[in-house]
Amino acid sequence: MTRIDVPLYRIAHARTGDKGNRINIALICREPRFYPTIAAQLTAERVRAHFAARRPTQVTRYELPRLFAFNFVLDDVLEGGVNASLGLDGHGKALSFHLLKATVSVDAGLLEQGSEFAAQRPREPTT
Amino acid sequence: MNEVVRIGCGAGFAGDRTDASVPIIAELAHHRGPRFLVFETLAERTLALCQLERRRDPARGFSAALERMLPPALGPCLANDIRIVGNFGGANPQAAGRRMAALAREAGFPDARIAVIEGDDLSEIFSAEELVAREVAGTVLSGGAPVVAANVYLGAGPIAQALDAGADVVVTGRVADPSLVLGPLAHAFGWDWSDWQRLAAGTLAGHLLECGAQVTGGYFADPGVKDVQDLAEVGYPIAEVTRDGAFVVTKPRGTGGMVDRRTVTEQILYEVHDPASYLTPDVTLDIGEVELADDGRDRIVVTGARGRPRPDTLKATVFVESGMLGEAEISYAGPNARARAQLAADIVTARMRRRAPELALRVDAIGLDSTFGALAGPLPNMVASPEVRLRIAAQSLHRGSVDLLLDEVEALYCAGPAGGAGVRRHLTPRLASASCLIERERVAPRVTFVAGAAGAAP
Repeated sequence: MTRIDVPLYRIAHARTGDKGNRINIALICREPRFYPTIAAQLTAERVRAHFAARRPTQVTRYELPRLFAFNFVLDDVLEGGVNASLGLDGHGKALSFHLLKATVSVDAGLLEQGSEFAAQRPREPTT
Repeated sequence: MNEVVRIGCGAGFAGDRTDASVPIIAELAHHRGPRFLVFETLAERTLALCQLERRRDPARGFSAALERMLPPALGPCLANDIRIVGNFGGANPQAAGRRMAALAREAGFPDARIAVIEGDDLSEIFSAEELVAREVAGTVLSGGAPVVAANVYLGAGPIAQALDAGADVVVTGRVADPSLVLGPLAHAFGWDWSDWQRLAAGTLAGHLLECGAQVTGGYFADPGVKDVQDLAEVGYPIAEVTRDGAFVVTKPRGTGGMVDRRTVTEQILYEVHDPASYLTPDVTLDIGEVELADDGRDRIVVTGARGRPRPDTLKATVFVESGMLGEAEISYAGPNARARAQLAADIVTARMRRRAPELALRVDAIGLDSTFGALAGPLPNMVASPEVRLRIAAQSLHRGSVDLLLDEVEALYCAGPAGGAGVRRHLTPRLASASCLIERERVAPRVTFVAGAAGAAP
């Protein structure tokens, strides 16, 4: 089994939300088969280190296996939040793409398979 | 017995597209049964700005989005028996209701029944000291800065009550965003206010709709990776909800965008912290067991929302004045652009250190590191950039020192490095926010109907 390092961006997508000085980043597997890889490697500690320059006071990971997703909550990373930050992205909206730059080690075979969702999708109605 | 209730969302924020509701209304007009159109136009800061406007003019202070979003929607909705719920009320729901009634008259519906929901404005109920005592994990309010706005999030109850009483349009002030959708569902299905499973399902539907196109392909596209067709004409969402709380997320036929597992999943978790405890005034929603299933093109079935009793307290957001934000920008392009931008930043920093030493400056190089900030990591010295837009920002209660900063950036035109171009300067009033927890028994929502309209007060 060959493993290769890829950016998380290759196997997941993400969206940031903010509340005050806290953000959540929803990280969603592009395919269900990537869930165990991300679950094993992208721990809360790993995410905390990835965002160390923003000095998060706490990082919590929630697992949503039925949605093939994770929710990361990062405290105190917005320089006070949208009503206080002097920065351009006071909401932290772009930070999802910073998370997607993290590197994960993936079984190369998993990258080559087709979409699991496409096979499940029913035929489109003709009306 | 209503089999399916259809609810569309015509706006996810005050700055949203003003024509978004048109395809939703056309789609809803094809169907029978209870149909609703909701508008979410009242971000936290928007409401505070409404309060400031009401101080200047007691007849104003409602969401400016009303004037832009309702004219294309109101007449067609009233003509097709599609009922509207929107938080256009801002700091002055009665004024918004009167304006809505006037728009209805202009559209040819002088008998439209316009309900107004009030009771969210805590400045009517609490002193500043009482608010300080209720602030959650913060020290924003204890500084004694003047309170601009204090509004508690009301729930779906008064919305359902207004619809029960026959409202064609319900205008609210601050309510929890998902409650805009749960209210119509509880009204249409007669859900009990302790039926936590159904209230949770309706809240999840509201959560998915409340940001408009963010569930139908908006805020999702990444070319070549997550492609979305015809985002220029993206369709805003419609939920088809059944009595047991299961629902389909879809969008109007003939519109752009898309609804699939990925768009729905991104929005399910949007602004969620603990997925087992999404708190609203109506219910505690647990999305941990939620499942999605494909139901044909642009149709996703959402099931599995679970509910627990609502929180004992209500959340409120309080805004206090916090001075002015000043931002000024200037561009440097071509050979050695980055070094010239750095020199400009050094000049402004040195002069401000002498002229307003108390002012903390934020310096960004747009195009290099302005979005991720420190996360971008150190940039190699020799990284060339075809252009750099230098941005310098500061905030202060003393406007004079902020003005000084903007003047210094503008002076770079003549006294700064070579080739400085395109100065822009902005001043924005700032409001600091705090969260408070409020005892339910102190809050009493009121439902009234705009006087003079048919359908007298309930």
